Amino acid sequence: MNKGLSKDTENRSSDEAMIEIIDMHKWFGDFHVLQGINLTVQKKERIVVCGPSGSGKSTLIRCINRLEEHQRGRIIVDGIELTNNIKNIEKIRAEVGIVFQHFNLFPHLTIVENLTLGPIWARKVPKAEAEETAMYFLDKVHIPEQAKKYPGQLSGGQQQRVAIARSLCMNPKVMLFDEPTSALDPEMIKEVLDVMIELAQEGMTMIVVSHEMGFAKSVAHRVLFMDFGQIVEGNTPEEFFENPQNERTKLFLSQILH
Amino acid sequence: MEEAIQGTHLEELKPPVTSVGVIGWVKNNLFNGWFNSILTIVILFFLWKTVPFLFRWAFIDSVWHTPGQGCREAAGACWSIISTNFRFIIFGFFPYEQQWRPLLAMMILFGLLFYSRDRNHWKKPLGYAWIMGLFTMGLLMKGGLFGLTPVESTQWGGLPLTLLLSVFGLTAAYPLGVLLALGRQSKMPALKLLCILYIELIRGVPLISLLFMSSIIFPLFLPEGITINKILRAQVAIILFTAAYIAEVVRGGLQGMSRGQYEAAESMGLNYYLTMRLVILPQALKIVIPPTVSILISAFKDTSLVVIIALFDLLKTTQSVLSNPEWMGFSREAYIFIAILYFLGCFSMSNYSRKLEKELSRGD
Ligand SMILES: Nc1ncnc2c1ncn2[C@@H]1O[C@H](COP(=O)(O)OP(=O)(O)OP(=O)(O)O)[C@@H](O)[C@H]1O
Ligand SMILES: [Mg+2]
Repeated sequence: MNKGLSKDTENRSSDEAMIEIIDMHKWFGDFHVLQGINLTVQKKERIVVCGPSGSGKSTLIRCINRLEEHQRGRIIVDGIELTNNIKNIEKIRAEVGIVFQHFNLFPHLTIVENLTLGPIWARKVPKAEAEETAMYFLDKVHIPEQAKKYPGQLSGGQQQRVAIARSLCMNPKVMLFDEPTSALDPEMIKEVLDVMIELAQEGMTMIVVSHEMGFAKSVAHRVLFMDFGQIVEGNTPEEFFENPQNERTKLFLSQILH
Repeated sequence: MEEAIQGTHLEELKPPVTSVGVIGWVKNNLFNGWFNSILTIVILFFLWKTVPFLFRWAFIDSVWHTPGQGCREAAGACWSIISTNFRFIIFGFFPYEQQWRPLLAMMILFGLLFYSRDRNHWKKPLGYAWIMGLFTMGLLMKGGLFGLTPVESTQWGGLPLTLLLSVFGLTAAYPLGVLLALGRQSKMPALKLLCILYIELIRGVPLISLLFMSSIIFPLFLPEGITINKILRAQVAIILFTAAYIAEVVRGGLQGMSRGQYEAAESMGLNYYLTMRLVILPQALKIVIPPTVSILISAFKDTSLVVIIALFDLLKTTQSVLSNPEWMGFSREAYIFIAILYFLGCFSMSNYSRKLEKELSRGD
């Protein structure tokens, strides 16, 4: 399933950071959700983040495109620092695509309208061109025949693939995935993971919050373990799964792998 | 032989006579169980006692074209009160020879409303058509240009006035209500407070007192010599009142939207205005179509409250006919007529909303 998926380090330009997070903190009220996150993601690097529920995984990736605001430290995406400057936020959002656990498709629009909404209104792309792009990406996620349907008429797996295509239509440099398969029935997980693997093969920079260990092993350059708002451990998948260093990582792995 | 067997076989497959057709329907819907049977019999008895009588009164013993005296001798309904006073009831004190003008204005209005029913027509040209139409209607009512005799707005009345107050009242109240609902959800504390204050204050006051305030108290605050048209003041009061209720209904719809919808739109780079216009409002407003239409319907009927500030809307013109000694005592017929007109208005609104809802729910 991961044929042709190269994890050679030379394949990614290790001297160029796509995302840099430096000593980043976030609080929800008094609750210290993220406690000093340091993370550098290279261009074309693929990272899988795992960890127990409530450890701050979603919050971390949501900070990267400002769905949540961090309060201390720095986040730099492709050389642009995420500050309160609205221009910078816009620029960063233009480079970062996000896929949610619950798809968040727009139920009142057809699939093709879902895909063209952003390009037409936020980017001022002509309608015909936006539709052409939309069909190209629907083809990529293997559901071109659903273009005229509404999200409610599609299965969960199909909806999530539409959501991926919708993000890709905005031509992002980084894709964030927040547990993209955890709301899906088991038989649909593979079709979504396959699309993500194809995306990886094309060299997309990806941060994936997921507990799909098979996916992590075959796709990730690095697997991170988060607990209590900190990145406790990060390593290549081989090392991470075979030889975890931290006690909490060991405990967590023993729980999810039985 | 074979065929015969098959024949009987097929016959057996048909449902028993008692469960289909008229008999089946009657059995299933009117006489299933002793309670429903008794109810059916009681209702049938009641209808038998009333319907023939009402029918006789309205259609057989009734008179349609007599002067008031003829009515007093008739045993049935006196529809003459409507036919004789029709033009006054509909047009009020608008100069008699000029009444083709409000008639034409109403026809333009109905034409535009009818054409606007179809959502496929909601394009730029329709907007221009409405602007042109509004201008023409205003000109027809007011006159003073192109050789049309000027008619003071104090002479406007009857159905055109009711339509003016309700159609413009409702079309202005709706967007205002949506804006108020958005304001109430706003992150700007001052704006939010202002909207809450407005909504709660207006909802705490009956429409009658708003109308009184608009006609009696409000002019006190205006500088000497400046007057604002009475119809306009009533119109504004109706708009402000209805908007507050719309706002609360729309707020309910907005609260039903999941955070994920906002986040998806935001992460695609849509700004607040586009997010609302393209993603949130189309869904939220659709959810609240039924309660919104209830408000619009009751606002339509509430326009008749303008009688208390002496505007001659449809209800008031009818009442003035009734105060004429010749027609005194035929209020039943007059009010039935008015009720039918109001019913037609309300019924087409609720019908249209159902159609709209069906069209918009294709996505679910
Ligand atoms: N908007 C919010 N306001 C207050 N607390 C929040 C908010 N969002 C998340 N939290 C809290 O922050 C903590 C981290 O949440 P987060 O969603 O990042 O966890 P997670 O690692 O993604 O967990 P899961 O695996 O369940 O998705 C949780 O304890 C959660 O209750
Ligand atoms: Mg999460």
